[in-house]
Amino acid sequence: MINKICATPEAALADLSDGATVMIGGFGNAGMPAELIDCLIARGAKELTVVNNNAGNADAGLAALIGAGRVRKILCSFPRQTDSWHFDKAWRAGKIELELVPQGTLAERIRAAGAGIGAFFTPTAFGTKLAEGKETRHINGRDYVLEYPIHADFALIKADRADRWGNLAYRMTARNFGPIMAAAAKCTVAQVREVIELGQLDPEVVVTPGIFVQRVVRLAKMRKAA
Amino acid sequence: MKKLDRHQIAARVARDIPDGAYVNLGIGLPTLVANHIPKDREIILHSENGILGLGPKPAAGTEDEDLIDAGKAPATILAGGSYFHHADSFGMIRGGHIDICVLGAFQVAANGDIANWHTGEPDAIPAVGGAMDLAAGAKQVFVTMEHLTKKGESKIVERCSYPLTGVRCVTRVYTDLAVIDVKPDGLHLVEICAEGLSFDELQKLNGVPLKYRAAA
Repeated sequence: MINKICATPEAALADLSDGATVMIGGFGNAGMPAELIDCLIARGAKELTVVNNNAGNADAGLAALIGAGRVRKILCSFPRQTDSWHFDKAWRAGKIELELVPQGTLAERIRAAGAGIGAFFTPTAFGTKLAEGKETRHINGRDYVLEYPIHADFALIKADRADRWGNLAYRMTARNFGPIMAAAAKCTVAQVREVIELGQLDPEVVVTPGIFVQRVVRLAKMRKAA
Repeated sequence: MKKLDRHQIAARVARDIPDGAYVNLGIGLPTLVANHIPKDREIILHSENGILGLGPKPAAGTEDEDLIDAGKAPATILAGGSYFHHADSFGMIRGGHIDICVLGAFQVAANGDIANWHTGEPDAIPAVGGAMDLAAGAKQVFVTMEHLTKKGESKIVERCSYPLTGVRCVTRVYTDLAVIDVKPDGLHLVEICAEGLSFDELQKLNGVPLKYRAAA
């Protein structure tokens, strides 16, 4: 019998080791798997490479992970925010490496990894600093930049509902990077508000099929749907 | 001379957005455009974090932490709206499905290059977000900005001195002084917006020669 439900976040992240590449879902607080990140901090894994759209806000979640000195490198599109002081401090001190990626290129590189694409040409960033040193090609009258997929050891994402096969449904804009990160990682851990019986999730509303999800943790702490 | 304020610039942009358009509004002044869209036009706003049919700000007390806009502020969704993941969202942008994006800028060059993401200062933390995707992918790229820097230098320039966001992509610029089209043969004045500003005066302030022919 397939049962991807883990009893605790600790069990779900037990084999996440030092030096891992970890995708963390969320755009701002929407879709951020805060409790899984708290568990990651408590477990003490270090030298991590993190993939997220941002580099943490205020003092919780990803910001706390960076503040604790656990992140060696971050790939993101928008690190600088009014409340990104943990990242700012680490970056200015030379303690964290930043790979700045345009947001759509970040999304597509993650998607490509999950979809088995070896590389792709995108028009985004052609002629800018972010394309310096990259291969380019003129195709049908337009200029493109070659970009490679981003694979990960783990993806930590947040969804709304799941079943024991790992099928996921999301809520509103909390979906953001969840579906593509789930497909791009060797081990995807989804924290969800509710675990429901197999068959209760309408196949028409499953956004991430369970094939992309290895572990599910229900976290009752998460805010209930409005 | 009486320059336009931020709200007047936003209102001027809104006049040019046709019924039925799919539009992405950048953060800052471009966001204000939503407040000025004529009531008789149905315009679908795209929010790159995953919404088509972005609605107005929610009433106090009705915010939902799962429903935010690209600026991470609480948002609403209109009837007929939809949610989608990030790769789909940027596929809409890159794939040429967004009719108009409105961006702020540090500089726009006469050939349509735009600089809006980085001052180039060595200690500045860079952040780009979706600006390069929008510049490269939207069918039309509108820019809103003040025409002059605080020092009085034109932000419309022959060649951008700040790091570029996109090349040859800006189609129209809305400033506190004028509306200017960027075309293959140069900059065309569409209209002067500042009260009491003559073409010759505008030409002196503008960093690049302007062609004096209203766009169709």
